Amino acid sequence: MSPQTHDQADRHDPVYDHLHASAEFTELRSRYRRFVFPATAAFLVWYLLYVVLSMWAEDFMSEKVFGNINVALVFGLLQFVTTFAIAWLYSNYSTKRLDPLARALNERYEQEK
Amino acid sequence: MDGNQLLTAALFLAVVLLTIFITFRASRSTSGTNDFYAGGCSFSGFQNGLAIGGDYMSAASFLGISGTIAIYGYDGFLYSIGFLVAWLVALLLVAEMLRNSGRYTMADQLAYRMRQRPVRTAAATSTVVVSIFYLLAQMVGAGLLVNLLLGVESEFVKNVTIFVVGGLMIFYVTVGGMKGTTWVQIIKAVLLMFGSLLIILLVLAHFSFNLSDLLGTAASNSGNPDFLNPGGKYGVDTTSKIDFVSLGLALVLGTAGLPHILIRFYTVPTSRDARKSVLWAIGLIGAFYLMTLVLGFGATAMLSEGKMADVVESGGNLASVLLAEEVGGGEGSAGGAILLALIAAVAFATILAVVAGLTLTSSASVAHDLYNSVFRKGQASDVDELKVARIAAGVIGLIAIALAIPARNLNIAFLVALAFAVAASANLPSIVYNMFWRRFNTRGAVWSIYGGLISSVGLVFFSPVVSGKVAPDGKNLALLPKDIDFSWFPLENPAIVSVPLAFFLGWLGTVTSREPAAEERYTELEVRALTGAGAEGAISH
Repeated sequence: MSPQTHDQADRHDPVYDHLHASAEFTELRSRYRRFVFPATAAFLVWYLLYVVLSMWAEDFMSEKVFGNINVALVFGLLQFVTTFAIAWLYSNYSTKRLDPLARALNERYEQEK
Repeated sequence: MDGNQLLTAALFLAVVLLTIFITFRASRSTSGTNDFYAGGCSFSGFQNGLAIGGDYMSAASFLGISGTIAIYGYDGFLYSIGFLVAWLVALLLVAEMLRNSGRYTMADQLAYRMRQRPVRTAAATSTVVVSIFYLLAQMVGAGLLVNLLLGVESEFVKNVTIFVVGGLMIFYVTVGGMKGTTWVQIIKAVLLMFGSLLIILLVLAHFSFNLSDLLGTAASNSGNPDFLNPGGKYGVDTTSKIDFVSLGLALVLGTAGLPHILIRFYTVPTSRDARKSVLWAIGLIGAFYLMTLVLGFGATAMLSEGKMADVVESGGNLASVLLAEEVGGGEGSAGGAILLALIAAVAFATILAVVAGLTLTSSASVAHDLYNSVFRKGQASDVDELKVARIAAGVIGLIAIALAIPARNLNIAFLVALAFAVAASANLPSIVYNMFWRRFNTRGAVWSIYGGLISSVGLVFFSPVVSGKVAPDGKNLALLPKDIDFSWFPLENPAIVSVPLAFFLGWLGTVTSREPAAEERYTELEVRALTGAGAEGAISH
């Protein structure tokens, strides 16, 4: 790390401005945000829905689906499924759609700095 | 001490000796601050994923959640889900960007574009506060666990345990640094996963792998017709329902703001490894919380009435341990004694790994943020900073011991929930703003951190947890004696108020500040966070 300056952090390398202005970076940022913002909103709403139903819709959640397995348990297990699924989707998406762009930009940084 | 307790003691000792051995080994390759704080960024994604699991799955989850399920039924499971879903926040919004833009502490990524001294002071304060609450929970839990295992109710034993755990954590951190701490966490994660897996396989085998059967038996044993339905613990009235929503919010937003979790992302060489670590951690933690479901319902289904009374008496903490004894062949059998000792040792290892992570995090923040950046204006040498970090670990350990002794009878779940609420309120808003809001500035960060910290701790102080909570049968449930009541905030969990407040203060502080936003620094931060260009890399020895 370059020597720390003390007040406002002020070391600045113009190479970052070039990278920031490049089409690849704009594309990388928009691809990243296009995935994570909707995904975050979706899982937060989905989780809150589960919490709110558990608290205020006990009758619905207590319906038996089969045997002693009720809606609440299925709903809870589905939260596990969606968490694993979003993690898996993000892993694939970032490997295919984000990492190549990030690598290319990183290489440009190494050349220009 | 009878034979069973001797066996338990021997396994405890084995866990302790193993961790001491590993710490000494790790100390050989620990030379500078990078090794001490970040393990030389030398861990792989898989190793770090295990260590994150080891850092995160505390005794409160292992003993507490299964116990809550065993006593209250379904509502314990609600807890587990919040603890897991939370990892998506870390995966999608925090882990990779933090890895690319920081170096050792949570404050690093804020200090990237803010005025160093105020933001580092604020971030270090909240790091230490969150870590101390969490530490207290673990140490109090350790005291309780040893008491439960010895079958005594002795304040002396609790105090001795707190001293031993405190001494060990100081040792792990000062001698082994991040490398030692990480290996302790990896071992613990492996022990915990295999230990739990063994017990749940035995439980499921008992019910011929028919989950519905297991649930049915648990429900009928509990004598509660709504045992499998939500609402048993939190659904009492509207206040308790809102309280649970507030807790859920703290769990989901707090995880990615826990400083001891955040600094784990710095122990890998690249942001891609940080992503891989979170993916592994999600797999492990998810599997573990699924197992707590079987552990909890299994305890209710299999334990005798007398044993179940012991579980209730212990607040649920004994459920997994007694279940292990039961599936091993029951009390008095060799199998039962061995499994009980094994699970107890796993629980002890769990506590040791978590306290080591917490102590390391606080000492890193004190030495790196407060001592070097604030006090020495960034001029301290590596050797000096390392020395201060080790001293800080010792001092924090001693403070934790000193606080844990008077706190030894506090409710652990309360302390853990508080740590999550403070993390969600004080830390997460400024991390998110810093990554995604160009205009965010020093005043916004400082207001958001202190505002979240003060409001979350303050609201709990004026909540029924601290004063004025009395059970219908007249038993005092608050921390303070029954005749003191200054509570006015109705909820036990503050997050539903303090998190939005901290976000609001972050915005308000930013727009009212005359400080010019460090535009070009944000440009730099954005490029660096997303591409890794110029990020701190691994240091080869």
